[in-house]
Amino acid sequence: MYWMDAIWIIAIASLVGISGAIVGAFLVLRRMSMLGDAISHSVLFGIVAAFLLTSSRSVPVMLIGAGLVGLLTAWLTDFLHRRGQLQEDASIGVVFTWLFALGVILIAAFAGQVDLDQECVLYGEIAFAPFDTWVVGGQDIGPRAFWILLGVTALNFLMLAVGHRPLKTVAFSPAFAASIGISVTFWHYLLMSMVSLTTVASFDAVGAILVVAMIVVPANTAFMVSKSLKGMLVGAMGVAVASAVLGYFLAAWLNGSIAAAVAMVAGGFFVVTLLFVGRDSVLARARQRRRQRQQAATPAA
Amino acid sequence: MGQLFLEFWRLDDPNVVWVLAGAVLLGGAAGVIGVFAFLQKRALIGDALAHAALPGVATAFILFQTRELEVILAGAVVSCALGILAIDYLVDHTRIKPDSALAIVLSVFFAFGAFEMTHIQQMPVGNQAGLDKLLFGQAAALTADDVRVLGIVAALILVVAALLFDRFRVVIFDRGFARAIGMPVRFYDFLLSTLLVLAVVIGLQLAGVVLMAAVILTPAAAARYWSNRLGLIVILAGLFGVIAGIVGANVSYIAPRMPTGPWMVMAITAIFFVSLFAAPERGLYARWRRRARLRRRVAEENVLRTLFKLGEGGDQRRWAGVNEILRYRSLSPVALGRVLRRLEAEGHLEHADDRWRLSGAGLERARAITRRHRLWELYLTRQVELSPDQVHDDAEAVEHLLTPEMERALAEELGTPEADPHGQAIPADNPRAGG
Amino acid sequence: MSEAPLSVRDLTVSYQHKPVLWDVDFAIPEGRTAAIIGPNGAGKSTLLKAVMGFVQPASGEIRFFGDTLEARRSLVAYVPQRSEVDWDFPISVMDTVLMGRYGRLPLLGRPRAADREAARRALEKVGMLEFAERQISQLSGGQQQRVFIARALAQEASLYLMDEPFAGVDVATEKAIVELLKELRAEGKTVVVVHHDLSTVGDYFEHVVLLNMRLVAAGPIEEAFTPETLNKTYGGRLGMLSEVAERVREYGLDERTG
Repeated sequence: MYWMDAIWIIAIASLVGISGAIVGAFLVLRRMSMLGDAISHSVLFGIVAAFLLTSSRSVPVMLIGAGLVGLLTAWLTDFLHRRGQLQEDASIGVVFTWLFALGVILIAAFAGQVDLDQECVLYGEIAFAPFDTWVVGGQDIGPRAFWILLGVTALNFLMLAVGHRPLKTVAFSPAFAASIGISVTFWHYLLMSMVSLTTVASFDAVGAILVVAMIVVPANTAFMVSKSLKGMLVGAMGVAVASAVLGYFLAAWLNGSIAAAVAMVAGGFFVVTLLFVGRDSVLARARQRRRQRQQAATPAA
Repeated sequence: MGQLFLEFWRLDDPNVVWVLAGAVLLGGAAGVIGVFAFLQKRALIGDALAHAALPGVATAFILFQTRELEVILAGAVVSCALGILAIDYLVDHTRIKPDSALAIVLSVFFAFGAFEMTHIQQMPVGNQAGLDKLLFGQAAALTADDVRVLGIVAALILVVAALLFDRFRVVIFDRGFARAIGMPVRFYDFLLSTLLVLAVVIGLQLAGVVLMAAVILTPAAAARYWSNRLGLIVILAGLFGVIAGIVGANVSYIAPRMPTGPWMVMAITAIFFVSLFAAPERGLYARWRRRARLRRRVAEENVLRTLFKLGEGGDQRRWAGVNEILRYRSLSPVALGRVLRRLEAEGHLEHADDRWRLSGAGLERARAITRRHRLWELYLTRQVELSPDQVHDDAEAVEHLLTPEMERALAEELGTPEADPHGQAIPADNPRAGG
Repeated sequence: MSEAPLSVRDLTVSYQHKPVLWDVDFAIPEGRTAAIIGPNGAGKSTLLKAVMGFVQPASGEIRFFGDTLEARRSLVAYVPQRSEVDWDFPISVMDTVLMGRYGRLPLLGRPRAADREAARRALEKVGMLEFAERQISQLSGGQQQRVFIARALAQEASLYLMDEPFAGVDVATEKAIVELLKELRAEGKTVVVVHHDLSTVGDYFEHVVLLNMRLVAAGPIEEAFTPETLNKTYGGRLGMLSEVAERVREYGLDERTG
């Protein structure tokens, strides 16, 4: 059933986008986009290590491994920055490349046992996701990736429901947040955990780089035109879902990678917004400049 | 394994020579240019550029249907250049923050490239094995031609960096000044970006897209711990890069299954962590030791000063019991015992049973310390208007840090005083120490 | 006599790349508006950050109404420097001010009508009610500062700590803030302001804390704000202190030794 697969794929890509939009909005506002990139790479080590330690590819093991390594990445980065007195971006770069390299080496060393390779980590292949289904009580309930992502998306919404106010306050002004008794550290590490979980759940389907795209691109697109955090979140989710749908058809039409097409469409939304939408768009500002020039040119009455 | 190691270093196998040469050239050039990016606070730009190269690689292949290295690399250079322009545009002209600009360019460019790659797979010419090599880094597949290109570009980078070292330093350190003296700042920016793009592009074959960031950045981050001089940092970063290259090439020869890039990164990260902990001055261990040594010295000096005070006005070298000392110092008896024994070993104290006294040398040192302490106390009361009882604690924390020059300046400013705020005599400057 | 809203005892802070505070000791009496003044790098903002617990002091004790900050948090409102936040943040003026109420909301509670009312009142006091729905990026510097102060007002605290509220604001905003200070004083609130303009200290404040790494003087304006203390604060006579501060930093002395 071709159309059934299509629906599953679009649903999976949409969930990646929605989850990415939620964590992405806060990462972007906290200027930590590259930490998202870092975590999405270093979780590879988490997955491999968890698998080698437990010989299990079960979902909870994978999520716990990834979650721990995500926290490790955030903590190590912070350690190098504070104690090692290294620039923040440099700390990020040192840590994630190291953990990613470790992951790749482990995969090479245990090539026979680990069912993962660099390529699938970078690209992912969402087209195959519908075939890896979950059977519960003899009943095929659909793709595994879908259910995992649904769970992670629910967790992200839970975080949003419970914590949108402290998260917003911490993102806006950590000093003020601390002054009214909000624990900046707690919400930071909670967010990092959710970034790790989102990444690892999306891994199989869309690959590391495209998770990064879904975390930063819709959130930044919405950031350019939003007046409120709520608007930014809704806008980012909207862009993400629209990218998932359009991306799927673009890939089907041109016969290319679906995940890449979704990210490309998201990039398209970003560029269009940058150029044409809102008061700060390139177009609006060009118009304003022209008007100013004209006003300057016409002699005062 | 030892066998293979020797075989590697006999360099009989031409392949070994190529891989080694490639890794060394790349490590050196990327390490050097990475320092400039690091100091421009653009440590992660290498990461973004490595990803941005992909669509150029794929487009060049689709357009020209060739795997000729020069063509593919030219494509990579073009798309990297577009990537860097896009990042600069977003940062300079929009609300997008620098970190997001990097992440957006990185992921969207990569998506384009990835999409093209899936397209290439289905093309009739279809053999994209050569392109994969560029993505994930496979040093073993380097040919003489590859290394020739790599070598020329690496040499170019090193020569330009060496020739324009001073200019780059000024532009990075103080843009405003550079502009004020009429330097073409934007031209140097452009040149630095170009060198960086070149380093990234030649590095892809060896290190791969993801790990290229480390080859650029980590040597610089490691070298920064060893020196404050840019020249030395650049040389060290280049050297670290070269070492990483050698390790990577070595490992992937001994264990062919092992990829070169990740082992280069492991080597360079190991160097980084060694630097972080062990570098003199800026390393964590050095900083920790400096603090510990100071704490020890403070404890010693305080005990010496206490003994000096106990003997003041009478026998300067009188015996004092442990309990007597403890009355003046808030130390645990065990800690005090340690300090006393250390002072004895240094020849500053003598002891008989449970009683201690200053040695000749100890007396000299105690006098100097007491002088500094009382001068500082006096300074604080006179110049900062603190009451004498407020002053005492503070003088104690700081006096151990006063240099001889500061001490002289203090004495001068205070008009060579004779008594401290508590009315105690300030010992004269030790004539033998010079003053 | 009730406990002082803010008392600082023996506060010593050593701080990476930033100045050091030594043994600072003062108390602000209730109902006063106080200025913390001193030259650049004297540690004024560091003092405020240490008071709020953002910077770990090496030693010392800070009390709010005789208790810890944790216990008295609801009585304390802090206004950070304007430059500390990203004004591109997608948030409206109203929502920014509502943040002032977050401290008293339960974890899952939503701001109620009473909270909105408090936010509206605060905005009205700073003359910004008409901008309530505006996004903060569309405000001038002075308007941004007023929003920050409105947020603090919405906290309905008893002690207000403001970090350089007069820095880079227009005349109208400066006037508005001064009016506000008067109003707060009339309500019996205590206000502590980091200030840099010596010429206005006498007009705006009743109490000063003169700081240059050490406390030079603290007390009512007429006693503490004298040519002599000013000379001590701003004159070059403390050169040795900064030199020692440099040494302390070199050694990374985080705590008291000895």
